[in-house]
Amino acid sequence: MFRFIVRRLLQLIPTLFGLSLLLFIWLRRLPGGPETAILGERGTPEMRAAIRRNMGLDEPILVQYGRFVRRLIKLDLGTSTSTKRAVTTEFIERFPGTVELTITAMVIAIGVGIPLGYLAARRRGRFLDHASVGGSLIGICIPVFFLGYVLKAIFSENLHWFPSSGRQDPTLEATRVTNFFVLDGLMTREWDAAADAIWHLVLPSIALASIPLAIIVRITRASVLEVLNEDFVRTAEAKGLTEQTVRRRHVLRNAMLPVATSIGLLAGGLLSGAVLTETVFAFSGIGAFVAEAIGQRDYPVLMGFILIIAVVYVLVNLLVDLSYSFIDPRVRVR
Amino acid sequence: MRAPRPKVAIAAVAVAALAVAGCAESNRDDNSGSSKKDTLVFGVAGDPKVLDPSFASDGESLRVARQVFETLVRPEEGGTKVTPGLAESWTPDAAGTTWTFKLRSGVKFHDGTEFNAEAVCANFDRWYNAKGLMQSPDVTAYWQDVMGGFAKNEDAELPPSLFKSCAAKDATTVDLAFTRVSSKIPAALMLPSFSIHSPKALQEFDASNVAGTAEDIKYPAYATAHPTGTGPFKFKAWDVANKTLTLERNEDYSGAKAKLKTLIFKTISDENARKQALRSGDIQGYDLVGPADVEPLKGEGFNMLTRPAFNVLYLAINQKGNPKLADLRVRQAIAYALNRQQLVDSKLPPGAKVADNFMPDTVEGWNGDVPKYTYDPAKAKALLAEAGASNLTLKFHYPTEVTRPYMPNPKDIFELLSADLKAVGITVEAIPLKWSPDYLNATTSGSKHDIHFLGWTGDYGDAYNFIGTFFDRPKDEWGFNNKALFDQFKDADTTADIAARTEKYKALNKSVMEFLPGVPISHSPPAIVFGKDVTGVKASPLTDERFATAEFK
Repeated sequence: MFRFIVRRLLQLIPTLFGLSLLLFIWLRRLPGGPETAILGERGTPEMRAAIRRNMGLDEPILVQYGRFVRRLIKLDLGTSTSTKRAVTTEFIERFPGTVELTITAMVIAIGVGIPLGYLAARRRGRFLDHASVGGSLIGICIPVFFLGYVLKAIFSENLHWFPSSGRQDPTLEATRVTNFFVLDGLMTREWDAAADAIWHLVLPSIALASIPLAIIVRITRASVLEVLNEDFVRTAEAKGLTEQTVRRRHVLRNAMLPVATSIGLLAGGLLSGAVLTETVFAFSGIGAFVAEAIGQRDYPVLMGFILIIAVVYVLVNLLVDLSYSFIDPRVRVR
Repeated sequence: MRAPRPKVAIAAVAVAALAVAGCAESNRDDNSGSSKKDTLVFGVAGDPKVLDPSFASDGESLRVARQVFETLVRPEEGGTKVTPGLAESWTPDAAGTTWTFKLRSGVKFHDGTEFNAEAVCANFDRWYNAKGLMQSPDVTAYWQDVMGGFAKNEDAELPPSLFKSCAAKDATTVDLAFTRVSSKIPAALMLPSFSIHSPKALQEFDASNVAGTAEDIKYPAYATAHPTGTGPFKFKAWDVANKTLTLERNEDYSGAKAKLKTLIFKTISDENARKQALRSGDIQGYDLVGPADVEPLKGEGFNMLTRPAFNVLYLAINQKGNPKLADLRVRQAIAYALNRQQLVDSKLPPGAKVADNFMPDTVEGWNGDVPKYTYDPAKAKALLAEAGASNLTLKFHYPTEVTRPYMPNPKDIFELLSADLKAVGITVEAIPLKWSPDYLNATTSGSKHDIHFLGWTGDYGDAYNFIGTFFDRPKDEWGFNNKALFDQFKDADTTADIAARTEKYKALNKSVMEFLPGVPISHSPPAIVFGKDVTGVKASPLTDERFATAEFK
């Protein structure tokens, strides 16, 4: 098991180098550079040329890449061309927001999706089944940003139940320790700050959870239906085992394998959903920041982001692979 | 049968959520109860980039600077005229190159140190003697725009400096000397980039130490966490993780103290999200209101303020792109073909006007007596035929996904203008581009386009800041080289006598409209909105809204 993990982590290194080189070349091939975004409509060609020259953007691409790699080895991702702050600082400040948001969304998607999918399968053809299958179809079809607007229109603008934007009420003056606001609130015992942070998470995480929730419901339902028809379930029921035992030991466990795989894949997709959700809810996370960085041609931010996403993606999928062996002992990790 | 576990789990989660919700809501209520009278949260479209306005050129950084800092002269409230700031009065010498400023006494910086003539010179000397990365055009954009270069230019392409020296004659008298007469002085000194900082704080937080490499500019601590001015608000905190910047009242302010105790700028980049945040009570005001939202929000009782239009939207004609466009008759035909009044009536916010000059009529030098090109498609057709350009095809660039104060809805504007051009027989080839960087690059480098629209919002009330920016030298955006016109600009800019200079700018506006490098289209009044119970703020054409006077009813 240990060797498996180490091997997977080592595989990451060539992947990252290959990815970074491709990305580096591709980004610089895009028309325009950071200088246009910096100067806006006030820029003259001379001013733009001066900035390009100063930034070393007129040098050969491999020279620029060499500089990037030298810094990367020291874990330095450079400075954002638009905010003029270190990319690592920006990420450290903004990543916790995205992590809080995506984890909450995932908890909702899994916590609601699996039970709902299971119940739908058990009550196949009845109201709950039709409702959850139909509902999940809507969940998949509605774009995240539209759902975000609708949720805000109902629960913020009209009912005033939830805040419409941000991660925390700015008038609270909460102490920042890790930038995970909920955690910070709990650590510093500022209970109102923690509660307020959770309160701000409700609408965006529901919007973000909508698609994975719908997918998990459908996959769980299909998987449970398949397992319910297996001989061993009938045997277990015939043996006189309680419904609870059959459900937990035989049905759920066997049905979870495809669900776990899909969760691994959905976790990657959540990050792209976070870009839209964060923009709609003015949620200060990495997603909205990167969306802006694209328009600004902020090379260091984009490079850093994609490399970090690649690492996260590999780690999440490693975790999913490892979880197989717990879910189903027949799957041996060698 | 027992209840299935998932149901129990769902119920438990729901109960827990409601419990937390109840707690959070009660907190929010408590909080809004106490903050209602003295804390204003204002929604802005972007994060400020830097807190030292010497290094800023973006609107959001400058908005913060305007509350924290003061300048020697400042725009009149709600207008563009130069009025006293930290200086009570100012006079030029006979040659018009040395200006004497009489300073206000009894003013203190936020760190408790005294404001005086020495402090003014410390600031000008800091800018003028900038070295290394501080000479980069993206660091000191406004200094370079107004003053040109520095004491020692490190880049051979930088022009010589307009600024020459600063002398403190006594505690409240300071002389600023310039290398030549310029129409920019004193108006340009209203720019927040010329804010006066505490010399002690500048030194303590190493404010001039812009480190790193040009690729990796690293601002000193002063520019990110310790801005120290004399303004009605003091910097308190910048919470990047929560997209908020907090200012607090300067209790020792020399003038009328701010009515708000706390002023918070909260970044909400999406325009619709800002509107929803206002309606839901998360914020008590926001800027860059969409034109379509002006009337509905007003109808709901929100306090909608309309800024006097201090911008221009124009159609640029690239004479290099298509040889036919170098023919004045063709440019005139394009001007006559455009039904600008219809555009203003149907697509621009209430209060917008058709533009006759490339600058608004509130700026000295505006001229009502210029050739006007009122909508006349028959005349346009005749001019095209006369110039042998009846089968003209034009590549027409327009931007997508952008809202500018002078251009609320580019696609609609493009459609109306191209329909007008088609009606006189011009074939329009539409080339939509993403605003940044594609559109800005394509239009200002002038490589491939024939016509495009773009605009400008003035920095300060001076004619040169509008027409000089466009036409004082050859620029790729327009693709012409008219030495007589360029010389005329130089002459106007270096005229010391203000009355004579105004006349020269009037003449220049006429020359520009005769030469017709493009067609000025409109001036649009941008809107800014506040909560139903917020009063006291006056809209400013220069976005110089003073939050110190804001209060809750």
